[in-house]
Amino acid sequence: MHVSTRSRMRKAFCVAPSLFSLAAILFSLVLGCSQPAKALPAFARKYGLRCSACHESWPMLNYFGQKFKDNGYQLMNDRDAPIWQNPGYWPVTFRITPIWHRVSTGRNLVDTYSSVGGVSTITGAAIQRITKSGFDLSGLDFHTGGTLEKNFSFYVLPSSDNTASFHFETVMARLDNLFGSPWLNVKLGKFELDNLLSEKRILTLTGNGGIYQLYHFIPQGDGNIYGQMGDNQLGLEVMGHSWDDRTRYSASLLSSNNGQPGLMQGNAYTGFFAASQAFDTGKAGVQRVGFYAMVGEAPTAFLTSGGASSYIAGSGFGNKSFHREGFVGQFYLGQHVDFQVVTQHGWDNAWFGQGYGDLIDGSAANNNTAGTTLPVGARAPTWNGVLVEPHYVYSPQLIFIGRFETIRMSQQANGPASANPSASNFGNISTYTVGYRYNPFMTSRAGFAWHNEYNWLHQDGTGPTLGLNSTNVNTSELLLGFDFDF
Amino acid sequence: MQRNLLRNWSLFLGAAVLTLPLTSWAQLTHFDIDSRMNAESHIGNITGHAKDAKGDYRRYCVVCHGELGDGNGESFPWVDPKPRNFQLGVFKCRSTPTGTLPTDEDLFDTIARGLDRSNMPQWSTFTKQQRADLVAWVKHFSPRWTNEKPGAPITIPPEPEVTPERIKAGREVYARVQCWKCHGVLGQADGPSAATLTDDLGRPIAPYNFHEGARPKCGDTDKDIYRIFMTGLDGTPMPSFADNIKPDEAWDLVFYLRTLMSQKSKEKAMARQLGLKPVDPNAPAGQQ
Repeated sequence: MHVSTRSRMRKAFCVAPSLFSLAAILFSLVLGCSQPAKALPAFARKYGLRCSACHESWPMLNYFGQKFKDNGYQLMNDRDAPIWQNPGYWPVTFRITPIWHRVSTGRNLVDTYSSVGGVSTITGAAIQRITKSGFDLSGLDFHTGGTLEKNFSFYVLPSSDNTASFHFETVMARLDNLFGSPWLNVKLGKFELDNLLSEKRILTLTGNGGIYQLYHFIPQGDGNIYGQMGDNQLGLEVMGHSWDDRTRYSASLLSSNNGQPGLMQGNAYTGFFAASQAFDTGKAGVQRVGFYAMVGEAPTAFLTSGGASSYIAGSGFGNKSFHREGFVGQFYLGQHVDFQVVTQHGWDNAWFGQGYGDLIDGSAANNNTAGTTLPVGARAPTWNGVLVEPHYVYSPQLIFIGRFETIRMSQQANGPASANPSASNFGNISTYTVGYRYNPFMTSRAGFAWHNEYNWLHQDGTGPTLGLNSTNVNTSELLLGFDFDF
Repeated sequence: MQRNLLRNWSLFLGAAVLTLPLTSWAQLTHFDIDSRMNAESHIGNITGHAKDAKGDYRRYCVVCHGELGDGNGESFPWVDPKPRNFQLGVFKCRSTPTGTLPTDEDLFDTIARGLDRSNMPQWSTFTKQQRADLVAWVKHFSPRWTNEKPGAPITIPPEPEVTPERIKAGREVYARVQCWKCHGVLGQADGPSAATLTDDLGRPIAPYNFHEGARPKCGDTDKDIYRIFMTGLDGTPMPSFADNIKPDEAWDLVFYLRTLMSQKSKEKAMARQLGLKPVDPNAPAGQQ
């Protein structure tokens, strides 16, 4: 026993240095393979800067990145013109995300079956939660943007869904620094509205958590799809900013068509206005506060030919108004913690509240033609909402994300005097999202993030009743994926 | 067995000792630099601390200037001019005499202004505190700040009224101190010496082209231009002319240089009215 123990000890001593060496080698390899964050493909190749210079965590912009964008994707030095680039340089990046996704949706109306004489027959209905999971893909984005010449910038983004059905998400050209002043820049095309908290640069990817609900909220039954700040819109934008980007303003004139090309609506326009001011707060960083307003009108009636449901595209009339407005805050507590805050007050004309408006998806059930009247008790749907998104930026390569959003109806389209009044909380939304993104490496050629996210969304009163008291719907999503670009 | 055991340990220790020198240079440089981590900068009533700039430096600057501040970041092979080597403590844009360290304000301003004709952008989005911290961080790379004090900023007399006579006098200065040898007679960076210029590290460097429209590296006000040729751009072939040009003559030269620049200016308009010709390199002294 004694001999055996000594022998094992000797063996252990002999093996120890090898194990130690192996551990040292592995440790060195881990250190060696853990590369620092480098540059984002499209623009970093041009300027030789790390992606972290412009992104708090890719794709969300930091202050320097916002200034770069506001300057028309220019650093405002003599390297901006493409003549400085190698002739083979083409500013293009693609992005796609293979994922594993689990979605669980409560309160689905499903058929129930029973066997009648050996034959399965539908005998009724039941409420059931449906949970699905599996491997999936995101859509594919091809980003190409930059300068055509000093102070002439562009951005073209063909984007597909996960079946490779493409559309133009962004197509714009911009005249930058007109008359030598950063206060005057003019953009024409289809572009993202000047939302300081950009949904196109959102850090989350799930179906409900991958958008800002506040930017897309439409009251239940409402036909106004034209007030979605999160969708890219067709129009013309004038924007300006101070030299250091502390002060910004923008004013856009948009077609009221929710960014759909082809003059599908009528001659209706929407304005989007935003302004903000940033403040230097020493070690805490730069704090920014601002406001936005979206004010517009859109048609509620269309000419028809051959029947009440045969709408003639582009023939819209009977324009009714809508507006959304709110405050935006970007608050930084040093280099690691920040809060992004957006509020919204929204209002739609009562006609929209009764489902008039939307023609684009062909589902407009109502047409405000001559002689149509609003039903008794119809009111303008009105709501308020707030979005808070905190981040903990451990390093440019690792960010933890949280978000809470809530939207509360303050006035339902069908008021108490209506034949079928809505509950005061009908359509209210609450949702939270948590997740993190870890970039094990980023090179000047490519980016890669390990992404993990959970979202939970609750909506009041939108589920089927089937004799039950509660019709609230809860949906949860879990997503893991490799988000990469090249 | 015991002998085997001893031999294994000896081999391991031997390998460790032999490997040590391979990493020692980088480590020693690190230790040396880290020992100055308490470096400070003073900008007005703001005190910058080097240790507070580490995150910003890694996020924004390290790609060019490198982890050790030696200008050997990952973009080094691709950018031209090459990034500044902070370990040398030599800077182009200063308000101080040639050969001396710049003031904290000089570095503070350079960060916000950026350097045209290089990959250094305008980092104007930082807070003043962030910039002050970064100045302290830049200083901690070089032992010069431990051993020397910054030079005293040069005195710049008030700018006189620009006149045609002053522009003509500036032309004389341009010829006398032979600016044209590098910058060319039209200021197009095509003088006879232009192609042969190298910086202090032996790397080719081009003279400033007045005609091209780029902002002068160290600021584009008249005072900034005055300062450039009275302090020189250390580390480059551009010397200080403080001993060769009197302050009044320096202002004359500023006015003449404005006539060479592509931007509109009253000096340019006056030169046009005068029918001012480029300097003649072969003309006798004082007879331009």
